[in-house]
Amino acid sequence: MTRVMAQLAMVMNLDKCIGCHTCSVTCKQAWTNRAGTEYVWFNNVETRPGQGYPRTYEDQDRWKGGWELNRRGRLQLKAGGRLKKLLTIFANPLMPSIGDYYEPWTYDYDRLFSAPVTEDTPVARPRSLITGEPTKIKWSANWDDDLAGAPELAPADPVLRKVSDQVKLEFERAFMFYLPRICEHCLNPSCVASCPSGAMYKRSEDGIVLVDQDRCRGWRMCVTGCPYKKVYFNHRTGKAEKCTFCYPRVEVGIPTVCSETCVGRLRYIGLILYDADRVAEAASTPDEKALYEAQKSVMLDPRDPEVVAAARASGIPEDWLEAARNSPIHKLIFDYGVALPLHPEYRTMPMVWYIPPLSPVVDVLRETGHDGERAGNLFGAIDALRIPIGYLAELFTAGDPEPVRAVLRRLAAMRSYMRGINLAGEREESIPAAVGLKGDQIEEMYRLLAIAPYGERYVIPKAHAEQGARLEELATECSLDYDGGPGMGGPFGEASGTPAPVAVENFHALKERQATDDLDRADELRGRVNLLNWDGKGTPDGLFPKRKDKS
Amino acid sequence: MSALDVTLWVVAPYVALTVFVLGHVWRYRYDKFGWTTRSSQMYESRLLRIGSPLFHFGILVVLLGHIGGLVIPKTWTEAAGVSEHAYHLAAVALGTVAGVCTVAGLAILIYRRRTVGPVFTATTRNDKLMYALLALTIALGLAATVVANILGGGYDYRTTISPWFRSVFYLQPQGESMAAAPILFKLHALSALVLFAVWPFTRLVHMLTAPVGYLTRPYIVYRSRDDRRGSRPPRRGWEPAAVPDDSRRR
Ligand code: HEM
Ligand code: SF4
Ligand code: SF4
Repeated sequence: MTRVMAQLAMVMNLDKCIGCHTCSVTCKQAWTNRAGTEYVWFNNVETRPGQGYPRTYEDQDRWKGGWELNRRGRLQLKAGGRLKKLLTIFANPLMPSIGDYYEPWTYDYDRLFSAPVTEDTPVARPRSLITGEPTKIKWSANWDDDLAGAPELAPADPVLRKVSDQVKLEFERAFMFYLPRICEHCLNPSCVASCPSGAMYKRSEDGIVLVDQDRCRGWRMCVTGCPYKKVYFNHRTGKAEKCTFCYPRVEVGIPTVCSETCVGRLRYIGLILYDADRVAEAASTPDEKALYEAQKSVMLDPRDPEVVAAARASGIPEDWLEAARNSPIHKLIFDYGVALPLHPEYRTMPMVWYIPPLSPVVDVLRETGHDGERAGNLFGAIDALRIPIGYLAELFTAGDPEPVRAVLRRLAAMRSYMRGINLAGEREESIPAAVGLKGDQIEEMYRLLAIAPYGERYVIPKAHAEQGARLEELATECSLDYDGGPGMGGPFGEASGTPAPVAVENFHALKERQATDDLDRADELRGRVNLLNWDGKGTPDGLFPKRKDKS
Repeated sequence: MSALDVTLWVVAPYVALTVFVLGHVWRYRYDKFGWTTRSSQMYESRLLRIGSPLFHFGILVVLLGHIGGLVIPKTWTEAAGVSEHAYHLAAVALGTVAGVCTVAGLAILIYRRRTVGPVFTATTRNDKLMYALLALTIALGLAATVVANILGGGYDYRTTISPWFRSVFYLQPQGESMAAAPILFKLHALSALVLFAVWPFTRLVHMLTAPVGYLTRPYIVYRSRDDRRGSRPPRRGWEPAAVPDDSRRR
């Protein structure tokens, strides 16, 4: 019988991302605004084409992240097997340096006030947060934002380099889109497999991949293992840290901070049921281009009675099955078939999927004087435009353009069909038929992609009360530690001592909010807002500047 | 044996050993979060990639050498047909290579600690103390060997130091054997005792959790609520309700 497991998954609709970085900033405020994680962005937004963060992380010939097939066709870590890992543990030959991310900095603001009176205006010079010395800012997590410096920088984009020469020549006619990235919470996580001490694990209840801060010994092999470079090394505590899928939030049924605050409302969260016993087999599919379908074949249909029976037998609670049936993720991947995995060729079976952007195609049409919303034009352009399609295929389907084309045709069909309804009031049924959908399916898809309310975009079952308390204690507690907090400055240097468990911090923060009748008085948070506890209601102290008349 | 000899070769070893063992237990129970190599590779890797493997492979061979020389009695190797001369030759050859690697590696690591800006900034006082003791112990060990074997006519520590070392573990300490050893060996042993006593409180704890289990565990680790309930076992009086164990009523 199949061993059914539940996985929290995310889909991002790239057409709607405006590259505002709100998700990155709120995530950083919640999780990585501490010493040692200055350079760390659990959520980052990169402009494509571009080098990404850390620079050229997708070049696996160099960084050797993820899995590959050995000569016998079995999965093995690309960076080498267990013995090789242990023999190179004293200095990891494949570890990115701080320069590959960027050297974090602050400004000498104090000089603005303390400088003596002179002719010239004093300036706040940048200072490195690593060395403390004055520094020259040469790179950052989004240095090539909006194609800045693209003529020199973009050619080093590993994805662009893979696309054929022809495409490279046409690159003059630029296209651009944003790619927000978090940890993929993979079904076959190579970070977990790379950890020598077994400190990283996948939660069997919801599939979230976490680092046990008490068992991490700083061997830093997970950083190499993750092909998306989404495990980071805290250089002060000497421990690995990563995106937690905001587990304290999703356990009570609210979405991650990045989703909650996304300006484009382009993120969807829901459950996927999958067959845990078939993951390794699917990840070993020989043909890279078949990995997208292989991953889909591991996922189960939550409406199939046999699957439901097997899921019950595997101990998945009833309300989770209900959530799986309503999952927007399942609809986007299967019913509408518009979501694709990021880099399936890494064989980690990523679980944050993307709806590729149609806008590069529409833009080209518009620039050439065509109607960018007519089905005929769009279909023609999707078939003809080699650059964006080839590029997107390298990102989402290991280079196979067909699935990307199919998705874009569906998105194009939705545009024209809905325009027909809105402008002429007529349903042109030939359009959905051309992409294998029905008219009402297109309307449902339109509803989910364009106007779905909160409760339809985020279908997150709560962790069970009987599991909840234990789940919280299981996870990476130190991430809520802050400089000067209980986890820092123990007797043996900055990393020692026991961190305050998340449960404790949450408990105090929530108690504070519930016990006070004035929301402005939630001031126990040490002068900063803990976005983890913010439910979008009210204006906790410190979130906005104080009004003059109030103080 | 003088009172000083008793203090140094009978009392001190037990104090150092006790602190070493209990220190690790205490640190493991109360400071798991601080138990890490605190790798500095993010800051600098060119020097580390030469220095660290050189030092680590060197020191691990030196460690094995010490176990061979101190733990295995001379009578055993001779019974196995290894003559004193052959043993000495092998030990000196292997020891020289490993020793040179260790010292060169350590020199590179310390040079790196001192000269590479970010690495120096990240060096705590605890690290400095650890490095001082480590370097001192290694230097004294090297000096003792060089003085005895190259300048002198060779010193058979397996008739004095090794019996003392083993006697400590038999709980019948023979301080007088060690009291008879040359001064450099004595200093080496003393600084090693101090090093062992501070060991559990430095980053050197990483050695005790060398991840050999990685070779045999499955690649993907799943953890569920059934594996571990919370971060610690329930306190006395807070155990979850359950049907009492039948076997205890008989
Ligand atoms: C077999 C067990 C051991 C393993 C797997 C191991 C591994 C490591 C690793 C991964 C680092 C971090 C290097 C970096 O990235 O900065 C390190 C550092 C260090 N280790 Fe070990 N080690 C072991 C045994 C030892 C022993 C026996 C000693 C000394 C007696 C030792 C002394 C040190 C020192 C001094 C450092 C700090 C190097 C520096 O950054 O300056 N290690 N070790
Ligand atoms: S994306 Fe996340 S789960 Fe996947 S390998 Fe990287 S860190 Fe691990
Ligand atoms: S907040 Fe939303 S729209 Fe803004 S960059 Fe992030 S994903 Fe894109």
